[in-house]
Amino acid sequence: MNRLLSYEEKNTWLHHLSGITKLLFFLIWCFTSALTYDTRVLLVMIAVSVVLYIMSGTRWQQVSTVFGFIMVFMVLNLVAIFIFSPYQGTQIYGTKTVLTAFLPGHAITREELFYLFNVMIKYFTVVPSVFIFMVTTNPSEFAASMNRIGVPYTISYSVALALRYIPDVQSDYRRIRNAQEARGIEMSAKAKLKDRIRRTSSIIFPLLFSAMDHIDVVSNAMELRGFGKKKKRTWYAYRKLEPMDYAVLAATVLFSAAALIITFADGNRFWNPWG
Amino acid sequence: MDPIISFKDFSFKYRAQQEPSLTDINLQINPGEKILITGPSGCGKSTLAHCINALNPCSFRGETKGTLLVDGVMPEKEGVFGMSKRVGTVLQDTNGQFIGLTVAEDMAFALENDATPQEEMFHKVDRVADIVDMQHFLHHSPSELSGGQKQRVSMGGVLVDDVKILLFDEPLANLDPATGKTTIALIDDICRQEKVTVIIIEHRLEDVLYRDVDRIVVMNDGRIVADQRPDDLLCTDVLTKIGVREPLYVTAIKHAGCTISPADHPQHIETMNVEPYKEKVRGWFEQTKTPVRENNAPYALEVEDLSFAYNPREPVLQHISLRIRKGEMVSIVGKNGAGKSTLASLILGFYVPQSGMIRLNGKDISPLSVKERGEKIGLVMQSPDQMISKPMIAEEVGLGLAVRGVPADEIEKRVNDTLRICGLYPMRHWPVSALSFGQKKRVSIASILVMNPEIIILDEPTAGQDYRHYTEIMEFLRKLNRELGLTILMITHDMHLMLEYTDRAIVLADGQLLADDTPARILTNEEISNRAYLKKTSLYDLAVKCGIGRPDEFAERFIAFDREHGHADALGSSAESAAEREDRQDSVDA
Repeated sequence: MNRLLSYEEKNTWLHHLSGITKLLFFLIWCFTSALTYDTRVLLVMIAVSVVLYIMSGTRWQQVSTVFGFIMVFMVLNLVAIFIFSPYQGTQIYGTKTVLTAFLPGHAITREELFYLFNVMIKYFTVVPSVFIFMVTTNPSEFAASMNRIGVPYTISYSVALALRYIPDVQSDYRRIRNAQEARGIEMSAKAKLKDRIRRTSSIIFPLLFSAMDHIDVVSNAMELRGFGKKKKRTWYAYRKLEPMDYAVLAATVLFSAAALIITFADGNRFWNPWG
Repeated sequence: MDPIISFKDFSFKYRAQQEPSLTDINLQINPGEKILITGPSGCGKSTLAHCINALNPCSFRGETKGTLLVDGVMPEKEGVFGMSKRVGTVLQDTNGQFIGLTVAEDMAFALENDATPQEEMFHKVDRVADIVDMQHFLHHSPSELSGGQKQRVSMGGVLVDDVKILLFDEPLANLDPATGKTTIALIDDICRQEKVTVIIIEHRLEDVLYRDVDRIVVMNDGRIVADQRPDDLLCTDVLTKIGVREPLYVTAIKHAGCTISPADHPQHIETMNVEPYKEKVRGWFEQTKTPVRENNAPYALEVEDLSFAYNPREPVLQHISLRIRKGEMVSIVGKNGAGKSTLASLILGFYVPQSGMIRLNGKDISPLSVKERGEKIGLVMQSPDQMISKPMIAEEVGLGLAVRGVPADEIEKRVNDTLRICGLYPMRHWPVSALSFGQKKRVSIASILVMNPEIIILDEPTAGQDYRHYTEIMEFLRKLNRELGLTILMITHDMHLMLEYTDRAIVLADGQLLADDTPARILTNEEISNRAYLKKTSLYDLAVKCGIGRPDEFAERFIAFDREHGHADALGSSAESAAEREDRQDSVDA
């Protein structure tokens, strides 16, 4: 059964990194990607992301659904940009090379296409790193490292607990949906979209009630075993930062600095192939 | 020696309730003792346990009277945290209390909360994993473990604290019979080796008595009605009076007209002296007839050479063939993961089989969608909470009709008819939330029945129910079977259910069909029982010890006899109303 976007134990160097290293990498990576519109930099970032993704041994089924959603969102985003500011590209790059007239007021220009292309590849630099972070980070170890950098343990433990129950909720959902479908509450593509939306309540409520029962049991079990008793707690899954972690962090910072220097060398965030 | 737990004139009343849930409790438990607390649900046994670990009154508010001392302190003053150092509680829902992401982390949870240094934690977890025999699973996640293994982890999780008292709340509720047996053995070993006091709360008496207990405390209506050595208690009629099932061999000997004497040690059939009873039991066997059950109805459901796998290398079901006649009541048994639920999913069309065919009334159903199959074959899930989505009872029961576009007046008529059959008609305008668990279960069955299915499949219909509620649900299903001619399939690992209520049992093991025979024959066959993680019934041992050559016949005759005579005692006319009263009590608790 495919578990969406949940931690899967494997033996790769990415899995051995500390959760905090991966979080920092992820944040710096997103920050860099958000700042730069330099196509050269973005292409290098895509290459690095894809290599890391392959190294993480992530199976495509684990992420395909989420990837699909992101793609839909990206297409909407690109279409919206073109509708609302069809000449954004010409403003940025300072030239206007019309390829076809298309619609009045919405001519397709070389510059706009290039701008949209840059927006698109920005998605592709970030998406693999999200996946890597989600599927290679052990939630408990991550909670431990968050706690180490000053996040209160009650908060970091709740995050870990939420991640821990993702698979349970998914299988509950599947079971409930099957049973309701047998009662005639069709949720597959055969039913009309309107009906499907209306009928989600027949799955959501049972799911919610089961979850509530579950929460009751879990919170009693936690209290019985002394959770929240002391100001501090230790972590079985805590991992010290290894030389590899420092190496990865250093490489990330260096890469990001270099990327930003290259990007801003000509005074702005954009790289103009025609200038 | 001073008692480690001592109740003196102790009473407890939940804030939300009028009547106290515990009244005048006087109970002394000495260090190192192993005590079984039993009684029907709503009798107060869980409330008593919650007073020992301070969940009452610290988490569930209420008033106490009298005194309670546990390990020299008052739980009420010490609080839940304080008591967790002295009393280790293993809850019934082992899945729910599995907090950590892996076995090791879960066992370390209490240590983490105590801010134990990591090195020390590693040592303690390794030591405890050894005790509960989970050392090879330290890095496994809960989804990779069986119910029995999860329970071992829960035990490990409380043992890391060096507690003095271990409290087990219905430890057998979610386990198959064979795993239950190993659990009881493990609890016994821990009790001896770690020198802890053990309290087991359980209504499955015979299974707990697989190993010696020092005393059995019987509760009813919030009071202690007996506190005796097992050998003494089994010779009385205290248990049958309040609706707790005695070991089957004890009932059988009593049916034969004998009075058992404590001197013959009835606690275990293996070591019991049956000499004085032999003659009478044999005589009873000769006199009683084997019931003849003939069913020549046409086949309702036929499964032919069915195979299924999520991925080709790990087949879940292989070459399953079976036939079920109209009006049969059949159980599908086998250990967790044997493929029972998968078989039901294939019949209902949630998954598509790799090969094989399923026929309903002689017609191949592969072209039918889930929804279309659902009109003929109803599925009742284990927990009613997984099915109920509407706030009002009538609305919930009519949901399946409403989405099929049945006119409103017809829905009302059919819903009312169904509610009458299910004994829910007087409550039709009630909100679902006001019902007890057993009543909710009936609502979920009603919501399937209303569609007039030909076959009903029930997943673990009696899981976590005590004898009285169990009997109530099962008698209800039998009534549907007899009066409406409904074909009923039950997925279960409850041996009593299969023995007493089904004509036939289909045994699955590791994805294959192991046996298809009468329950009495299956449960008196050692090899099949072992492979399917069932347990040979104690009736077999009794028959052999009494020199009866056909133990399966003996079991068969006993069950038929017990159906006619036994239930009348367990479900007497007053018991019915008592069950109703407690149902209401339960829903107030919740």
